[in-house]
Amino acid sequence: MNAADILSTLPELVLTVTALGLLLLEVMGKPPRARFVWVALGGVGLALGLEFAVPSEGQFYAGMISVDLFTRFFNVLFLTTAAGSLLISVPYLRRTLEERGEYYALTLFATVGMMFMAKAHDLTITFLGLELLSVSLYILVAFYRNRVRSNEAGLKYLLLGAFSTGFFLFGIALIYGSTGTTHYDGIRLAIGSGEQLSMALTVTGFGLLIIGFAFKVALVPFHMYAPDVYEGAPTPITAFVSTGPKVAGFAAFLKVIATAFAFTTQHWWGILWILAAITMTVGNITALRQDNLKRMLAFSGVAHAGYLAIAIMVGSADSAFALLFYLAAYAITTLGAFGIVSLIEGEDESGLDMDSYRGLARRSPYLAGVFALIMLSLAGFPPTAGFLGKFFIFSAAIDEGYTWLVIIAVVNSLISVYYYLRPVVAMYMQEPADESAVAVPAFIVPVLLLVVLVALGLGLFPMSLVKNSIAAAGSLF
Amino acid sequence: MVVPLHHIIAISGLLFTIGVVGVLFRRSAIIVFMSVEIMLNAVNLAFVAFSRYHGSVDGQVFVFFIMTLAAAEVAVGLAIIIALYRNLRTADLSEIHELKH
Repeated sequence: MNAADILSTLPELVLTVTALGLLLLEVMGKPPRARFVWVALGGVGLALGLEFAVPSEGQFYAGMISVDLFTRFFNVLFLTTAAGSLLISVPYLRRTLEERGEYYALTLFATVGMMFMAKAHDLTITFLGLELLSVSLYILVAFYRNRVRSNEAGLKYLLLGAFSTGFFLFGIALIYGSTGTTHYDGIRLAIGSGEQLSMALTVTGFGLLIIGFAFKVALVPFHMYAPDVYEGAPTPITAFVSTGPKVAGFAAFLKVIATAFAFTTQHWWGILWILAAITMTVGNITALRQDNLKRMLAFSGVAHAGYLAIAIMVGSADSAFALLFYLAAYAITTLGAFGIVSLIEGEDESGLDMDSYRGLARRSPYLAGVFALIMLSLAGFPPTAGFLGKFFIFSAAIDEGYTWLVIIAVVNSLISVYYYLRPVVAMYMQEPADESAVAVPAFIVPVLLLVVLVALGLGLFPMSLVKNSIAAAGSLF
Repeated sequence: MVVPLHHIIAISGLLFTIGVVGVLFRRSAIIVFMSVEIMLNAVNLAFVAFSRYHGSVDGQVFVFFIMTLAAAEVAVGLAIIIALYRNLRTADLSEIHELKH
C-alpha cells in the first residue's frame, strides 16, 4: 500500500473516520446531540470536496479498486443522497426523541459501503461494500426498537438480505472456481481466452450473481421484502433505503457485467428480459391498489427497477449513459418524495394514507407544488428529468432492437400515471380536513430545492448531467 | 487419498440446498437464521476446495471475510430478533404480520 492508494480512497476514509468519531462522541456524551448532524454533514461535505480536489484515476490496492469518472459520478450521487437523507432525518429524529450518534454513524457507514461497491474492481470488494451497506441498513431499518413495525421490517430485511447474500456468494465461489480469480479483469481474460474450468460453471455462477443483485435492487420476484421494509422503516430511512442501495446495486451490477463479463453472458439475457418485463408490470399494477403513500412509492420503486433493468440488459454505451442519468433523476426525486411524506406524517405513523394529502395545495402551496413536480417526474411527464431518463433508456433499447420490451415499458408508464396523479388530485382538487399549514423545518428546505433543481432544472437544461453521465459511462467501455 | 474436486463441490451444493430449503420452509426466525449460516458455510467449503484446486490463496482469504460477515450478521440479527421478541413475545415468522402483505 502506498500514498496513491490512500489518496484514491480518501473520501471513504474521511467518512469512516467521521462515523467512528460520531460513535465516540455519542459514548462520551460531550457535545449536545443536536450538533451531531453537523459533524456528519461536515464529513460528507469534506468527502465531496476531496472527490474533486484530489482526483485519482486508475487501479489501486493491487488492482482491487478502480477509480475513474464512473466512480466519481456515483460517489457524488451517493454523497448527495446521504446528505439529503441526513437532512430529512433531523426533524423526524427530534420529533420522536430518538436523535442519537449511531444513527448518523450508520448512515455514513452505509454510504462508504455504496462507494466501495462502485469502486470495486474485484468481487471481494464488491461483496464487502455490499455487506457494509446491508448490515448498516438492517440496523437503521430496525432503529426504532420499541416500534413493532420497525422491528418486523428490520427482521424481514435481514433474513431476506442474508438469504440473497448466500446466492451472491455462491455465485462468486463458482466464478472463482471456474476462472481461478475474483478480479474483474482476470475474469474477463479467463472467459475471453477460454482458460476456464468449465463454461457451465461460470454461467451458473453469473446466474446466481444476478439473483443476488436482483434482491438488492428489488426485481420481481425477489422484491417481496421491499414493500414491507419501506413501510415499516422510519420514513427518513425509507428515503435512504429506496435510493442509495438501489443506485449502488445498479452501479455494481453494471460494472460487473461491463468489465468482468464484457456483456458476454448472453445465456441470461432472456431471463433478464423477462425479469425486466414482470418487474415493471407487477410493480405498477400493485402500486395502483395502494393507499399508503410509503407502500405506493415502494412499488413505484420496484417498477423503476424494471425500467433500469432494461438499460442493464441492453448493454450498449447509450444504455449505460441512460442508466446513469435515470439513476440520478430517480434517486433525488424519490429522496424528496419520502422527505415530504415524512413531513405530512403525524404521530405514531399516522397520516400516511392518500386522504392526508387532501387540499395540501391550499394548506402549503409550495410543498404541494414540489410534491406534484416529483410525482410528474416519477411518472415521466415532460419537461421533467424523469421523462428524459425514460426517453434515453427506451431509445437506447430500440436502437438495439428490443422493441417489444419498450412497448411493454411504455404501456407500464401509462399505467403508472394513474397512481402518481392520485396524490396530485387529492392535493389540488379536494377539500382539506384542516386548513393549517404544514410546518417545513429549515433542514428540509435544501433537499426540496435540490429536488426542484434536478427534476425541473435538469428536465429543461439536461446537458450538464448528460455530459457527465456520458463521460462516466464511457470509462466502462 | 485426495478427494476429487467435484465431490466437494457436490457436498457444497447439497449443503447450500439444505440451507435454502430451511429458509423457505421453517417458521422460526432462529432456525431460518441458522439455515442462512448453513448456506454461507456451503459457500466457504466451495471456496476452500477451489482455492486448493487452483493453488491460490484468494479463496481462503475470501472465507475469512465471509466468516466475519456471518459474525456481524448474527450479532445484528439476534439483536433484532430479541427486540421483536420483547415487543411481541414470539419469534415465529408466521405470527409476525404487523405489515400488510
